[in-house]
Amino acid sequence: MSFASFSDIIHMGGHGFYVWLAYGVGFAILGYNLVAPKMKRNALKKRLSQQLKREKLAK
Amino acid sequence: MSVASPSLWQVFFAVVKRDLLLAFRRRQDLANPLIFFVIVISLFPLGVSPESSFLATAAAGVVWVAALLATLLSLDGMFRADYEDGALEQMLLTPQPLFLLVLGKVLAHWLVTGLPLILLSPILAIMLHLDESLLTILALTLLVGTPVLSLVGAIGAALTVGLRVGGVLISLLILPLYIPVLIFGTGAVQAAAAGSEYTGFLAIQGAILMLALALAPFAAAAGLKISVSN
Amino acid sequence: MWSSFKRWFHQWGSPKWFYERSLVWSRWLGLIALLCIPTSIIWGLFFAPADYQQGNSFRIIYLHVPAAVLAQSCYVLMAIAGLVGLVWKMKVADVVLKSAAPIGASFCFLALFTGAVWGKPTWGTWWVWDARLTSMLILLFLYFGVIALESAIQDTITAAKAAAILCLVSVVNIPIIKYSVDVWNTLHQPATFKLTEKPAMPMEMWLPLLIMTIGIYAFFGYVLFLRSRNEIIERERRTLWVRELVERESVA
Repeated sequence: MSFASFSDIIHMGGHGFYVWLAYGVGFAILGYNLVAPKMKRNALKKRLSQQLKREKLAK
Repeated sequence: MSVASPSLWQVFFAVVKRDLLLAFRRRQDLANPLIFFVIVISLFPLGVSPESSFLATAAAGVVWVAALLATLLSLDGMFRADYEDGALEQMLLTPQPLFLLVLGKVLAHWLVTGLPLILLSPILAIMLHLDESLLTILALTLLVGTPVLSLVGAIGAALTVGLRVGGVLISLLILPLYIPVLIFGTGAVQAAAAGSEYTGFLAIQGAILMLALALAPFAAAAGLKISVSN
Repeated sequence: MWSSFKRWFHQWGSPKWFYERSLVWSRWLGLIALLCIPTSIIWGLFFAPADYQQGNSFRIIYLHVPAAVLAQSCYVLMAIAGLVGLVWKMKVADVVLKSAAPIGASFCFLALFTGAVWGKPTWGTWWVWDARLTSMLILLFLYFGVIALESAIQDTITAAKAAAILCLVSVVNIPIIKYSVDVWNTLHQPATFKLTEKPAMPMEMWLPLLIMTIGIYAFFGYVLFLRSRNEIIERERRTLWVRELVERESVA
C-alpha cells in the first residue's frame, strides 16, 4: 500500500481530482458498454415475443 | 452486325468530355465553390486578425483549409446528377471497367474545381501577405494535392450517392482522410518560409497522389456498385 | 486436413453457430475481465508506487494506455471484418463490424479524455496538440464516420458493405495519417516530454498495466459478443431458430 490513510487515497498527493475524474469517466464508459447492450436485448426480446404472439393470434 | 467497341482511351475521354460539357452548361454551379473559397479566406482576416505578420504565417494553412472545404462542397454533385437521371446505372452496365469511368469523372471534377482553385490561390495568398517567393510553392503543393482531394472525395461521394443526407455525411467521412494532404501541403510552404528544404514534402505529397491514383478509383467503383444496387 | 479447415471456415458463415458458440466464449471472456480489471485497478490505484516525476497522476496510465491500444486495434478488427464480409459475404462479419464501432469509439473517447485529464497536472493545460493525442482525435473522427454511414443507410446489407469499404479505405490511411501527424508535430514543436515512454518502468508499475490491458481486451470481447448477439437476433428474426429462441426465453 503506497498510502498511509484513507484521506491520502482521496487526496492522491494533490492529484486526487484528476485521478478520480479519469477513473470516474472510465467506470462510466465501462458501465455504459455493459448496460446498453443488455437494455437493448430486453427491448428486443419484448418486441419480438409480442410480434410472435400477434402472429399466432392472427392464424 | 457487330460494332467495334471503343478503346479504353476513347471511353475515358468521352466521360471527361461529357462531364466537362455538363459542367459548363451549369456555369453557376461551377462558380459556387470558387466564390465559397474566396469568402472563407476573407473570413480569416475579419475573424482573427488583419495584421500582416499573422496573416503571412497563417496564409498557407488558410488557403489549404479553404481549398479542402470548397472541394468538399462540390463533391456531392460528382455522381448525384448521374444517379438521379439513371446515367450511372448505364455506366455500371458498360463492358468497360468501371474504375476507368470513375477516373474520368474524377479528372473532370478536378479540372472544374481543383484547377481554378490553384489559379486563384496566388491572388488570395497575396491578399494574405504571403511572401512572394512562396506563391509558386503554394501553387505547387495545391497542384499535387488537389487531385488527391478529388480522388479520395470520389470514394465518399460514391458511398453516399443514394442517400438524402449525402452532403453532410461526405464531410464526416472524408475530411479526416484529407489531413495528411493538408499537413504536407502547408508543411512545404512553412519549410520554405523557414528557409529549409521543402522538396521532401512535395515528394511525399506526390507519393500520396500516386497511392490515391492507384487505389481510390477501385474503392470508388466498388462504392458505386454498392450504392446503386440498393 | 483441407476439408476440415473448410468445414471450420464455413461454420463462421452461420449466424446460429456463432450465436451459440459466442455464449460459451462470452462466459470465459467475462470471467477474465472480471478477474483482471478489478485486480489491476486496485493494484494500480493503491499499491503501485507513485511516479518520481509525476506523482500520483501517473495512475491514469492504467486507463489511458489500454483504452488507446484497444481503440486502435478495434479499428483494425473492423477493417478485417469488413474485408471478410466483402470477400466471403459472411453475415457474422457484417454484424461484428457494426457492433464493434460504438465500443471502439467509446474507448477512443476514453483515451482522449484521460489523456486530457492527465495533461493538466503534467503539462499544465488540458489539451496539448501532441502527436499521439492528435492521432487519437482523428481516429475518433474515423469512428464517427463509420457509425454515421451505418446509420444513414437503411438497408442492412448495403450499410454493411459501404461501412466495410470505408473501414478498408481508412485503415490504409491510418499509417499515412499517423506519419503525417508525427511530421507535423516535429515541425511545430520538438518532442519534449512523452507520456508513456519511460526508460525503465519498475515491475510494480507495468505489471498492473499488462493485467489491465488483458482485462480490457477481454471486456471488449465480452461486450462485442453481447452487441453482436443482439444484432444477429434482429437481423435473423424471421428465421425459425430465432423464433424458437424468443419463444423459449419468453416462457422462462
